[in-house]
Amino acid sequence: MPLKSVETFDLKRLEVLDETGHVDEDLEPSLSPDQLVSLYESMMLSRLMDARMLNLQRQGRLGTLPVGTGQEGAFCPPVMAIRDSDWFVGAYRELGARLMRGEPLTNPLFLFNGHEEGNVIPDNDRTLPISIVLASQLPHAVGLAYGSRLRGETGTVALAMFGDGSSSEGDFHEALNFAGVLNAPVIFFCQNNQFAISTPKEFQTKSATIAQKAIAYGMPGIQVDGNDPLAVYQATKEAVDRARNGEGPSLIEAVTFRMGVHTTADDPTRYREDDMVKEWEKKDPLIRFKIYLTKKEIWDDDREEKLTAKIKARIDEAVAEFEAGRKTTPDAPFDFVFGTRHGIIEDQRKAFLARQGKEGHHG
Amino acid sequence: MAKINMVQALNTTLHRAMATDDRVLVMGEDVGINGGVFRVTDGLFEAFGRDRVIDAPVAESGILGVAIGMAVAGLKPVVEMQFSGFSYEMMHQMEGNASRLRTRSRGQFTVPLVVRMPYGGGVRALEHHSESKEVFYSHTAGVKVVIPSSPTNAGPLLQAAIDDPDPVVFMEPKRSYRSFKEAVKEEQFSIGTAQVVEAGSDITIISWGAMMHDTLKAVADLKKEREFSPEIIDLLTISPMDTAAIVASVKKTGRCVVVQEAQQSFGPASEIIAVINDQALMYLEAPVQRVTMYDVVMPLFAREQLYLPSRADIIQAVQKTLSF
Repeated sequence: MPLKSVETFDLKRLEVLDETGHVDEDLEPSLSPDQLVSLYESMMLSRLMDARMLNLQRQGRLGTLPVGTGQEGAFCPPVMAIRDSDWFVGAYRELGARLMRGEPLTNPLFLFNGHEEGNVIPDNDRTLPISIVLASQLPHAVGLAYGSRLRGETGTVALAMFGDGSSSEGDFHEALNFAGVLNAPVIFFCQNNQFAISTPKEFQTKSATIAQKAIAYGMPGIQVDGNDPLAVYQATKEAVDRARNGEGPSLIEAVTFRMGVHTTADDPTRYREDDMVKEWEKKDPLIRFKIYLTKKEIWDDDREEKLTAKIKARIDEAVAEFEAGRKTTPDAPFDFVFGTRHGIIEDQRKAFLARQGKEGHHG
Repeated sequence: MAKINMVQALNTTLHRAMATDDRVLVMGEDVGINGGVFRVTDGLFEAFGRDRVIDAPVAESGILGVAIGMAVAGLKPVVEMQFSGFSYEMMHQMEGNASRLRTRSRGQFTVPLVVRMPYGGGVRALEHHSESKEVFYSHTAGVKVVIPSSPTNAGPLLQAAIDDPDPVVFMEPKRSYRSFKEAVKEEQFSIGTAQVVEAGSDITIISWGAMMHDTLKAVADLKKEREFSPEIIDLLTISPMDTAAIVASVKKTGRCVVVQEAQQSFGPASEIIAVINDQALMYLEAPVQRVTMYDVVMPLFAREQLYLPSRADIIQAVQKTLSF
């Protein structure tokens, strides 16, 4: 008997705004001027905050730091496509997204200065803390989405972010499979920035795209230009709408580029050529978005200057608050081991406090 | 003789092992082109090529699982977990297969491989980069757990791990990677054998990993204040533990302090004290003291130094035990 084709697959790539600032008007999402400007501000805040934190790190005032410069067009727009009542489950390279979700600007400063307090967000904010163990956060997104629905919140979705390296982990595959089976309203958003520390995509997967992995788990997958904020927004919005309507999960691969270090402990010159970085500099999401806004006559150099000054003042204020220090209790770690008090932990706390007194340590 | 640090000692050993035995293979995240995030595998990719120095996909379970197959097929994989905090993803392959294949097949299939992983605190790192969880692996029968403490013992122990017929978890104290150098002489170290670093008669002090260095410094400090004769033991292998060395020493000194970086409960110190209880209780002149971290989730680096055992803690425990 002849072999029959049982399934055929197709995979699309979405591009709306190219690197020269030219927009495909048929695909242009319906965002108001206020929304567009607000998105640009968020991307700029992320960029400038990264630069400031890098500077503080080089001065020894912060510890090891992941940097998201170049990826703002990928990680910021999806947050505009969800609501405060939705869940945001990130990794660690989406600073702008977290700030858009309402995280105080002082948080990353305290966190990367070694204070768990920098993970604390406003009450009722549905944003999980950063997740360093790759892909381990993805099954949580499935549980959050499923759990919220089961508790009667039919419209709530979970937006989960991760990187290309994470797509190799078992947790990634298990999460997508679960989401498919449970028809969970999750948007899996991959920032494919080309390198997992030093490991290029071709060592990471033999698949031509990460988006196509969706097919294996029975969900829609799409690749987008990750430096094109409009394409990223549009693809996310469509996936969010499907999830809200009970049509289940989606996978989005945003192809972008980490213009700087993986973390400050990394030296990218060991594994990638300068030419590659220069090529991607031309694709900078901020540059093309600025051209787009300018053409729309909702942006100009004057506004740009004012915005930069405003953001810098905001950052200065946050840094000043950070440098003034925070009242920390040295024994706080004992408070959060368990939700219940136990003799052995309290005995150790007493010993710890007595030891601090004796040795003159200060938290 | 030129002095080298622990990273250089490990790197030299890997180069030599790969040059002398073509069954040895290195695999892990960023171990090839990048030479490892701590540069322990630096230059191996250039020297031995991509077939034997594999930049693995980010998949710790896959790395160990594939290495098990490679080992059964006759290779000697030396795989790297980039940080011990990322090794738990491979735990099911370790507990479920690497540790058991010898038993399950009654010796027909064996798993001679090494899993290297930097561990421990004190380097101002991010979350998951500072824990000491050696007990996860030492609590798994069929797995050997080795922890070097110096440039001198790191190389020979890594070679012994590569030569060993069983899976060896080789935990590298990252705080000691570059903190001091030694003129490395060819010395013999074998798995399962502790080293008496200093012989003495008043008190046995046992440690391993980065705390070994702090222990030596604490003893040196205390010697300036009082005369005493400590016997210092570097455990080197957590499992199978050199109980004979511990018991012989405690029978001689009658006093003992154990210094571990890991949290207090259920750690190697607990096991050492149990061994002393079993075999040398009647020789004790004082309760055995342990100096450890607390039973809390390892704090981020702003509080880290408050929680790690300090030299002052070691001195205090030794004083208390001596004067009991």
